[in-house]
Amino acid sequence: MRKPKMNDEDYPTTGHEWDGIREYDKPMPRWWLWTFYLCILFSIGYMIYYPAIPLINGATKGVLGYSSRAEVQGEIDRVNAQNADIEKLLLATPMEQIAKDPDLSRFASAGGAAVFRTYCAQCHGAGAQGAKGYPNLQDDDWLWGGDLTTLETTIRHGIRHDADDDTRYSEMPKFGEILPQEEIKQIAEYVLAISNQDHDVALAMLGKPLFIDNCSACHGETGLGDREQGAPNLADALWLFGGDRDTVLHTITNSRFGVMPAWQGRITDAQIKQVAFYVHQLGGGE
Amino acid sequence: MEIIKLIVLAMIAVLAAMAANFGQDWPYSVHMFIVMACAFYLFVKALQKFGDPRAPVDTGYQDDVVRAGVIATSFWGIAGFLVGVYIAFQLAFPALNLDLPFTTFGRLRPLHTSAVIFAFGGNALIATSFYIVQRTCGARLWGGNLSWFVFWGYQLFIVLAATGYLLGATQSKEYAEPEWYVDIWLTIVWVAYLAVYLGTIIKRKEPHIYVANWFFLAFIVTVAMLHIVNNLSLPVSIFSSKSIQLFSGVQDALTQWWYGHNAVGFFLTAGFLGMMYYFVPKQAQKPVFSYKLSIIHFWSLIFLYIWAGPHHLHYTALPDWAQTLGMVFSIMLWMPSWGGMINGLMTLNGAWDKLRTDPVLKMMVLSLAFYGMSTFEGPVMSIKVVNSLSHYTDWTIGHVHSGALGWNGMITFAALYYLTPRLWGRARLYSTAMVNWHFWLATIGIIFYAASMWVTGIMEGLMWREVDAQGFLVNSFADTVAAKFPMYVVRGTGGLMYLAGAIIMCVNLWLTARGVGQTHTQPTAQAIPAE
Repeated sequence: MRKPKMNDEDYPTTGHEWDGIREYDKPMPRWWLWTFYLCILFSIGYMIYYPAIPLINGATKGVLGYSSRAEVQGEIDRVNAQNADIEKLLLATPMEQIAKDPDLSRFASAGGAAVFRTYCAQCHGAGAQGAKGYPNLQDDDWLWGGDLTTLETTIRHGIRHDADDDTRYSEMPKFGEILPQEEIKQIAEYVLAISNQDHDVALAMLGKPLFIDNCSACHGETGLGDREQGAPNLADALWLFGGDRDTVLHTITNSRFGVMPAWQGRITDAQIKQVAFYVHQLGGGE
Repeated sequence: MEIIKLIVLAMIAVLAAMAANFGQDWPYSVHMFIVMACAFYLFVKALQKFGDPRAPVDTGYQDDVVRAGVIATSFWGIAGFLVGVYIAFQLAFPALNLDLPFTTFGRLRPLHTSAVIFAFGGNALIATSFYIVQRTCGARLWGGNLSWFVFWGYQLFIVLAATGYLLGATQSKEYAEPEWYVDIWLTIVWVAYLAVYLGTIIKRKEPHIYVANWFFLAFIVTVAMLHIVNNLSLPVSIFSSKSIQLFSGVQDALTQWWYGHNAVGFFLTAGFLGMMYYFVPKQAQKPVFSYKLSIIHFWSLIFLYIWAGPHHLHYTALPDWAQTLGMVFSIMLWMPSWGGMINGLMTLNGAWDKLRTDPVLKMMVLSLAFYGMSTFEGPVMSIKVVNSLSHYTDWTIGHVHSGALGWNGMITFAALYYLTPRLWGRARLYSTAMVNWHFWLATIGIIFYAASMWVTGIMEGLMWREVDAQGFLVNSFADTVAAKFPMYVVRGTGGLMYLAGAIIMCVNLWLTARGVGQTHTQPTAQAIPAE
């Protein structure tokens, strides 16, 4: 019954012509039409199985009772259930003991890495290499201390975080408001001297007594710093904001006030322990 | 009449001057200054002509406004591509933002998207629709100089939008960034456009309306509706560029993507299909493949496209039922979209040999191929499981560009190559070899672009979702950014090739319009430059 395939020229046109353009009166390609029908059928089927038709209160739920919120909650619950035991163990284990259990140690460092990549990498860098004003966590130059318990406390309560009463706090005065410009320059030369950089010897000599009067209470007489107060070591080559003359002058004049939020309440206790453990094993842990 | 015109222009100039003076922010004042300058210029022109005898009314087709449209399309095309290439390299080398607010990615990106979609694409649509509607209706454009108002009014819209972005004025809605007064101006221009178009169709001499005009009309009417609803907002002051959106939260997001998706559907698809339906049969000199197919795919495309927007909001606060509908309407849209490709490609049946000698036809075929590719890719990406991988990745960027560079760009280039010799009364293009160069540069450029974005898109999608056996995240976001660097360089290179092709086109069109290498009379066999 099938009609023989016709050549182009055998088809009539619609009889209209616009600026020389005519149109064939050909049927639609069958494969096109059938694929279109199939897509419509699939769509109807999909709408039966999934939430689709809006009603006055809510919408049809679909045969599968699917909801994207329930789906993601299911995944989270599954992972949580799977990790429940080891997480309980982690919470019960003192920080120093975690490394002794290989399973627990793997759990803590993988979980800590994930927390770090999500919450810490923005400031400290994806590789914990730090940036200007944000400490490098791979080295052993710690402002507030680098053992496991200290790291946990720092992460839990943050640094200079107003909303946490136990936050780590210290504040360097803005010496621009206290000392004349001349004396600040002399102190800066002295700082350059103790950190083994090129400096003006005469000015540094004048700066030394000023440093002892004004700075040693926190940074120590030799500039080695004090972790109790988060005062950086000024005698090494590692700088948080920069150790060149201009930056040191700027720091002394205007002070610095680096802030890290307290993570307690924002992430779980287990996550705090994990990320402390992770940071500790990056290389500089004590 | 002339008195009224002078009074109106003077009033606009004075009011704009006052507004510029009282402006509460820098973009607003600059914009009002631009408006004042335009009104003042028109006032002086009108004053000079005051009392002149009226020029006799032209008969025949009104092609001068189409010629202006061809020039504007080429100009804005180059501008938009250039900004695109620049920001593509900014993503690879962030120092290129020069640390200036005006040249940051955030301001240049809307400049790029608006320049290519609305300035390049919009001018191409206005110019070709004016050309096509006259010829397929056998009538001169309705409304006399109203078509010139549409043209210059649209250019003013583009300038206001672009300068606003650079100065930091935006209402932060994708593809609808211009602030409220620019939106109002575009509405006025668009209504005038609709009037010219409809008026011409109404006074047509042909008994039937050609299919290209259905598509153009759908494009004009729907874009007007989308533009008005998505831009409903309340200005904080008439002297400020800031305004508050009428909708908020997920309602705003859904309105925005209803708009955004149909900007693609009606601006970049329906409008350009109108272009295709005229230039492909003309260039191939063959009848359109199937009238029936054009009816069915037109109405199904128009009906289905408008519902597909929610697929931009999969796995968000949008309720699941709306996500489902967005997905299934996108899937049903696959064949209606392909109807246009089939009708275009099958029109070439019996004329395929022309591809060997006619690079313009080759461009049309390539544009239809990319149209088919991206209208298949779109429904695939709207499927929720696929979307959970592709969403927010560069895959989306690649998808948009295979549509924009491949389909919209190539069909526009082909139309410009078709129009220029005819509009400037030349027998042929200056150089066919240059068209071939353009074709290959653009083709390879698009392939570089699309392929690199597939690679980075799928890679970053996989990296984002990668978790270890205990459910912990493996990569940080910065890791994925670093991993994309080489592909960003490839993408920028592809864009550079595309830009180079467009520059070659502009040179070719310029020399064609000037008539270099050809005489005004019938071309002779001699004196043909090396091709």
